[in-house]
Amino acid sequence: MEKRVVFNNKVLPYLLVAPQIIITLVFFIWPASQALYQSVLQEDAFGLSSTFVGLANFAYIFTDDAYLNSIVVTAIFSFSVAAIAMCTALLLAVMADRVIRGATTYKTLIIWPYAVAPVVAAVLWYFLFNPTVGIVAFYLEIIGYNWNHTLNGGQALFLVIIAAAWREISYNFLFFLAGLQAIPRSFIEAAAIDGASPGKRFWTVVFPLLSPTVFFLIVVNIVYAFFDTFGVIHAITEGGPNDATNILVFKVYHDGFLSLDLGGSAAQSVILMIIVISLTVMQFRYIERRVHY
Amino acid sequence: MKTFRLLLFTAVFVIAIAVTSAGAVTEIQWWHAHGGRLGEKVNAIAAGFNKMQNKYKVIATYKGSYPDTMTAGIAAFRSKSPPHILQVFEVGTASMMAAKGAIKPVYEVMEESGVPWDSNAYLPTVTGYYTTPDGRMLSMPFNSSTPVLYYNVEAFKKAGLDPDKPPKTWAEVGEYCKKLVKAGYPAGFSTAWISWIHIENFSAWHNVPIGTKANGFGGLDTEYTYNSPLHVKHIGQLADWQKEKIFIYGGRRNLGNAKFSSEEVAMYTESSAGYAGFKKTCKFPFRTSMLPYWPDAPGAPQNTIIGGASLWVMAGHSPEAYKGVATFFSYLSSPAVQADWHQFTGYLPITLDAYHLTRGQGFYEQNPEMETALKQMTLNKPTENSRGLRFGNYVQVRDINYGELEAIFAGKKNAKQGLDDAVAAGNKLLRKFEQANR
Repeated sequence: MEKRVVFNNKVLPYLLVAPQIIITLVFFIWPASQALYQSVLQEDAFGLSSTFVGLANFAYIFTDDAYLNSIVVTAIFSFSVAAIAMCTALLLAVMADRVIRGATTYKTLIIWPYAVAPVVAAVLWYFLFNPTVGIVAFYLEIIGYNWNHTLNGGQALFLVIIAAAWREISYNFLFFLAGLQAIPRSFIEAAAIDGASPGKRFWTVVFPLLSPTVFFLIVVNIVYAFFDTFGVIHAITEGGPNDATNILVFKVYHDGFLSLDLGGSAAQSVILMIIVISLTVMQFRYIERRVHY
Repeated sequence: MKTFRLLLFTAVFVIAIAVTSAGAVTEIQWWHAHGGRLGEKVNAIAAGFNKMQNKYKVIATYKGSYPDTMTAGIAAFRSKSPPHILQVFEVGTASMMAAKGAIKPVYEVMEESGVPWDSNAYLPTVTGYYTTPDGRMLSMPFNSSTPVLYYNVEAFKKAGLDPDKPPKTWAEVGEYCKKLVKAGYPAGFSTAWISWIHIENFSAWHNVPIGTKANGFGGLDTEYTYNSPLHVKHIGQLADWQKEKIFIYGGRRNLGNAKFSSEEVAMYTESSAGYAGFKKTCKFPFRTSMLPYWPDAPGAPQNTIIGGASLWVMAGHSPEAYKGVATFFSYLSSPAVQADWHQFTGYLPITLDAYHLTRGQGFYEQNPEMETALKQMTLNKPTENSRGLRFGNYVQVRDINYGELEAIFAGKKNAKQGLDDAVAAGNKLLRKFEQANR
């Protein structure tokens, strides 16, 4: 006979989900609605005068070169961070999966950077590449390469991408390794017996079986690159030079908190919200179809 | 999200106020942006005042950077629990001024309190920044500094230059730097706060306007003019000088300070308040002199303007509390407190009495470098162009300037184009501010 635990209490289920609902309401729905409300107002910082301006804030944003530039920068930045972090992590995971002696040591060392807070990691990279006192900048100077990310936008973007990706490699590594270890050995052995080369085995057997992990990590990495990299930008470049690293989330903070342009900042965060929602929907609807679970 | 965080933050503050305001003494909340050693000095000033009398108690609270402090104050005002005194950096002045219902002008606070007060006792170049066009003081100057030229005495000797004859003009800077580079220095000079020093102070020092309407003092319908031929010439010269290593860009704010202390450059323009820092980090003797100028500009040298912060009194408190604020401001402006603050921090004294007291104590004989800033500030009677600036959204304009100057120095734009673009973007923000504060 099947045993089922049934709660007859009508209130209890609601009580049990209540904390989650409340947290979502207070920390997401309410602030998001506030952002929507603020985005149609033109307000001074103190809230003394507030005028309804309709979509004027949005119109201003989309005719603002700085904002359009920020969209391009964010696209390059997010794509590069996700690509670098995932490719490197996958490579490391495949390697670590094959190591027999000292595997734990390798794994521990690779996972380590994840324990470093983003801002701390950013400051470390900043010091390595500081044009005046940085050791990497110093060696680059010796081999004749002039490193100055305070002036060269390309170098600055490169630096923040590396700094942002570095930490995420550990996180991706962890998931890839777990994914690899979940693949039954017999599949790979069967392919090997059929005469498939290691490369062929990886691309035809391992990688397709890894696709749920890849899919999950794409979502997580894009969201990471969009939002969690704020600390990296803040600590290394503050969006400069000449807006070369001014990603959307940093611009929202900058315009709202430093420049006290609440309406404009709120409009930007609404756009950011729309971008992320549509990215997620797109990922689940189109990419997920190709994933074998 | 941010609104919520601000609200939460202020809610905690309201509770804190409610708990602490039970006593008989009137408490005066003072939010400031000085951490570290300066923060200790601020606490010492508050403690000195609290010890002197027993009716009021000033509580100084560190709120983070300048923008953090200003944002915290604004959030507190929006949730109807502002501090009594809020320290706001100079570029926030226009925003505070425009917020008429949020602040109480200092002259009103002082007059209503009956505390003896003479607004003429203050250094005009300092207070000019914080007064109405007809001379009424809106906020109390607190920490003010002005940019000066720092130079490495050893490097000068090595390059065969006379340390007693620092360069007076920009042309001389060019010549000196060539010799310094020849003597083995990687580059000639660099600068901190490039927008503040090479655009804003540059304008005042050459007696040319930064914007119309008396640099914004005359009204909100002002427009920027710092793309004038003189500005283009100077910025263009800096860009050209990069090729010969006469000039090197050091990054935003004062991130380039290490270039001077690590002897990458031998000359450096930085705030007079940077003196204490260099004293600690430089392993070589250095001195200061007045900012160089272009002698072909008819108005130069005029006088430089200040940077730093002032104390704003927030609206919505009791007359008794305002009396406390006035008493505290009077204490803060007293020669002894001011002279001590000036000598300890390198910030300018805000009253003439404090200046004279410091001089009488023989301080400048031992620290002649500390007087350069004062001499430069008081060189001439300030004109419309050298009183200061008052532009809305100026925090953003500083960033626009950083960006455009970076584009110029990276060779992406020429000086004219870069400054034109900066002015155009700045004017857009001015119109936005005008609209929001109508």
